[in-house]
Amino acid sequence: MDDYQPVLLANVGVEDSHRRAVYEARGGYAALRRVLRECTPAQVAEAVRSSGLRGRGGAGFPTGLKWSFLPADHPGPVYMCVNADESEPGTFCNRVLMEHDPHQVLEGTILSCYATRASTAYIYLRYEYPLSLRRLQQAVDECYEAGYLGKKILGSDFCLDIYIHRGAAAYICGEETGLIESLEGKRAWPRIKPPFPAVEGLFRKPTVVNNVETLACVRHILERGPEWFRSLGTPPDPNQSQDPGSFGPKLYCVSGHVQRPGCYEGPLGVPCRVIIDNWAGGVREGRKVKAVVPGGLSTGLLTADELDVPMDFTGPVKAGCLGLGTAGLIVMDETCSLIDFLYNSCRFFAHESCGQCTPCREGTSWSLRIMERIKAGGGRLKDLDLLLEIADGMGIIPGTTICGLADGAAWPIKNAIRKFRPEFEEYIRRTNPRGYLATHPVPAGHGPVMPRLENTQSQSRASDGRNLPAEAAGSAPWRKTLPLA
Amino acid sequence: MVRIEIGKDMPKAYIDGNEIELNPGERLNGIQAAARAGIEIPHYCWHPGLSVVGSCRMCLVETGTRDAESGRVIMLPKLMPACNTPVKDGTVLVTNSEKVARARAMVEEDLLLRHPIDCSICDKAGECYLQDYHFQYGQGERRAEIRPFTSRKRDLGDVTLFVDRCVMCSRCVRFTREISGTSELLVIHRGAREEIDVLPEQPLNNPLSGNVVDLCPVGALADKDFLYKQRVWYLRRSAGVCTLCATGCSIWVEQNQDRVYRIKPRENPAVNQWWICNAGRYAYPRVHDPKRLRGVVRRKGDSQVPLDWNVFLRDIPEQLRAAGKLALVLSPFLTVEEAYLACQWIRRLDAAAEIVVGPIPREGDDQRFAGGFVISAEKCPNRLGVEEIASHFRPNGPSYAQWLEAAGKGEFEGIWVAGGYVRPWIDESAAACMRRARLLVVQDLFPSPLSDAADYVLAAAAFAETEGSYVNARHRLQTARRAVRPPLGNRPCGPLFWELLGRTGLYDPRRVLSDIAAEITYFSAASGEIPDVGIDLRVDRLAEVAPQQGTA
Repeated sequence: MDDYQPVLLANVGVEDSHRRAVYEARGGYAALRRVLRECTPAQVAEAVRSSGLRGRGGAGFPTGLKWSFLPADHPGPVYMCVNADESEPGTFCNRVLMEHDPHQVLEGTILSCYATRASTAYIYLRYEYPLSLRRLQQAVDECYEAGYLGKKILGSDFCLDIYIHRGAAAYICGEETGLIESLEGKRAWPRIKPPFPAVEGLFRKPTVVNNVETLACVRHILERGPEWFRSLGTPPDPNQSQDPGSFGPKLYCVSGHVQRPGCYEGPLGVPCRVIIDNWAGGVREGRKVKAVVPGGLSTGLLTADELDVPMDFTGPVKAGCLGLGTAGLIVMDETCSLIDFLYNSCRFFAHESCGQCTPCREGTSWSLRIMERIKAGGGRLKDLDLLLEIADGMGIIPGTTICGLADGAAWPIKNAIRKFRPEFEEYIRRTNPRGYLATHPVPAGHGPVMPRLENTQSQSRASDGRNLPAEAAGSAPWRKTLPLA
Repeated sequence: MVRIEIGKDMPKAYIDGNEIELNPGERLNGIQAAARAGIEIPHYCWHPGLSVVGSCRMCLVETGTRDAESGRVIMLPKLMPACNTPVKDGTVLVTNSEKVARARAMVEEDLLLRHPIDCSICDKAGECYLQDYHFQYGQGERRAEIRPFTSRKRDLGDVTLFVDRCVMCSRCVRFTREISGTSELLVIHRGAREEIDVLPEQPLNNPLSGNVVDLCPVGALADKDFLYKQRVWYLRRSAGVCTLCATGCSIWVEQNQDRVYRIKPRENPAVNQWWICNAGRYAYPRVHDPKRLRGVVRRKGDSQVPLDWNVFLRDIPEQLRAAGKLALVLSPFLTVEEAYLACQWIRRLDAAAEIVVGPIPREGDDQRFAGGFVISAEKCPNRLGVEEIASHFRPNGPSYAQWLEAAGKGEFEGIWVAGGYVRPWIDESAAACMRRARLLVVQDLFPSPLSDAADYVLAAAAFAETEGSYVNARHRLQTARRAVRPPLGNRPCGPLFWELLGRTGLYDPRRVLSDIAAEITYFSAASGEIPDVGIDLRVDRLAEVAPQQGTA
């Protein structure tokens, strides 16, 4: 694995990597030129299908299959929506792509639109990404100048317009159909499926919604071929007939208590421990890992013992997590209180629940109320069982609500309490020894201050506590790290 | 021609082990299909007249498919909302499993987390989905320690919103977007802080706004007119027909002790679907208007003195016969039966009596809404029916204007104006024309220049007090039942003419309608039993009762 050469991040770090000239000088738009000259849309779609590319937005749905749901002979327009509303806590890989290599995203988008016969693409960009907005807009303008966008692209019959739509600053806008509703100018309440967007999506027309990173992968599949793509990652588990395998490169975002947080690239299936220890330089300040969110907050928690799971689409599931999610790792060291973590998680999801489905709207707010009370010292042991029951009620895979937000809200609760129950019980026993129920819920303030360790050790330590050699961090040539700004 | 095979090739669905047959081409969802099998699937957000959002999650059921060849059933692992599950051949629904029961109990518990359980002062108590479902599907224990409750009121315009009672089914929001097309209501905030609201300076104010109160499954949207007036379990309802315009909406008239408290729409796919307009909804106070005429009075010189009905009934035939040439003015507010009996009677007195339909009130143009609902410009319920009766007895009769001119020339010695108008309809000059007759008998609801001029003034019955049939603008005949008794001394037209004709027994509009159907071709379809949704008179058959449209 050490000889892995970065693909998605290849241009990151190059001066002016966001400019078209630099991108073209480094081989950009060659795939587009070749495809428009040589390939039919069906061939492009077939290449993506055979590559085994799965959506990088979180659910891991096979992209080729998603495209195949489009009605074959639809007379009207087909729309492409680029989901750039990256808002899963702990995730920032799309931002890196859009800020440092927007042309890669655009080339993938143009190719995907060609494959799906879409003549209009909307990039639904997270509101809080102003630099991405500027760079993407500049890139789109450059593409129009160069004839990569507009009418009769590069002399072919293919026409495409790309519009950048700045999002509505809500987590739910990143949900496929919530995004569509928001793009239509409505409240981002996810739609009930069926009909699926491929049949009836944006403006009631067939629509494909793909993640930024997925589209960036499309560019490389067409440049290097599906066989190259399948050579990376984890093949299907022969024991599981449903598993299509996890292929291709993946961006991993590491944040939290590590020495070098950042966005790293590797093939799918890298063990979680390798990402934390080898790439991110181990846990900060010489501490040990307590828990790791494997792929964005929704996916739940891994314990320190579960760090050997491969980071592919099935690995975290085996450890009881929701899935790979967005591969946004949040590392928590031993000073971190799981009560604080869960309170924060509940607060996030209660705040971001769109409020449409009853179990999610009420379940997230109820669990927040309980966590507020526990954190403020009014918890009782039976609250933990109640929390688990609420979580099971709103998110059983497959869930009870229209979209997956409820599942995502439920998973941290389930994992935190099931995997770290002694800590919760100890906290409740300590803060509310008699188990009385406060007559009025105590307003949530700041919880008890956790003792902070002095930063005495500059030594890097691996997640299991063993010392890392001083030069372990930063030696592999394919590692790319970016400041979190 | 499509041949429909009845028998084993009919598409079938299976609900809790019950087999139901689907008609070819029929599109039912799980809730509708289960209702056909007599199984209720609880739901809040789904309404047959609105788009499907599937957000309340109360109708979650287990779904699957049965393979016709092998009989093997494959169930989906996930609970699906029945409202968004199309029922096709081989669809299997399970609504009584432990898993479903748990999901329902969870939704009920969730909805009651912040609901102020103020049923004792809530208008909806007794017909509240939340209440009913809680007893049926909820759990006894309250585990949430969320208190105190708040109970905030907000004026939305035509209705009052009790903010905290809301279960966010969004039916009202969808109604204003899809049916009235006015889009006043919207959802503000997010998550558990969500509320229904209107934009500043744009209150809920449209001719259909009252329907959002009926749509609300809980007591969040309250009718300002009905608020705190009556507990719903004291109300008795009877099927009626709205008489405010020629659309002829099916309604429920809800009364307690002969006082109408509320009008609600009655589902009728062929007429009004699930809706009525505010004009019809809030028309009932007229029934109890103290200004209404009472009893029967006779003019003596310049004053009018009360008279005994028996004296009137004894004297009037002779007096009219003695008067000479007679004329009968039929109000388009009369029922078909009343108009028929009135014509029969006047012709018995004078075989050449003139019969004319009174003025047809019209206001502006038809008002058409986004969802297809129409408020007709013709503000009377039975123009077609009364005109058919009149032309049966007096083919090619004069128009009202022509007749009035003739009356002004004194061509008629006795004039009987039958049936009332719900609003002022006659002016001084018309009254003066009719006054030329030697004997003028007026039946009406409210005092008018005409009643002031009449020799006899008979108090008529209002819409909730009469029984009989109306023909709406689309030739649909519907039968209204009597909801309340008329005030003491007032006689509805039907029983009055029934008695004047010397027919025995109690007034029986059903029998009269059968006679009409046998005698007049236009009404021939009305010979049998009239279904609740009425019958279309243009086709010579009973209207197909549309397949169960739902159980909203």
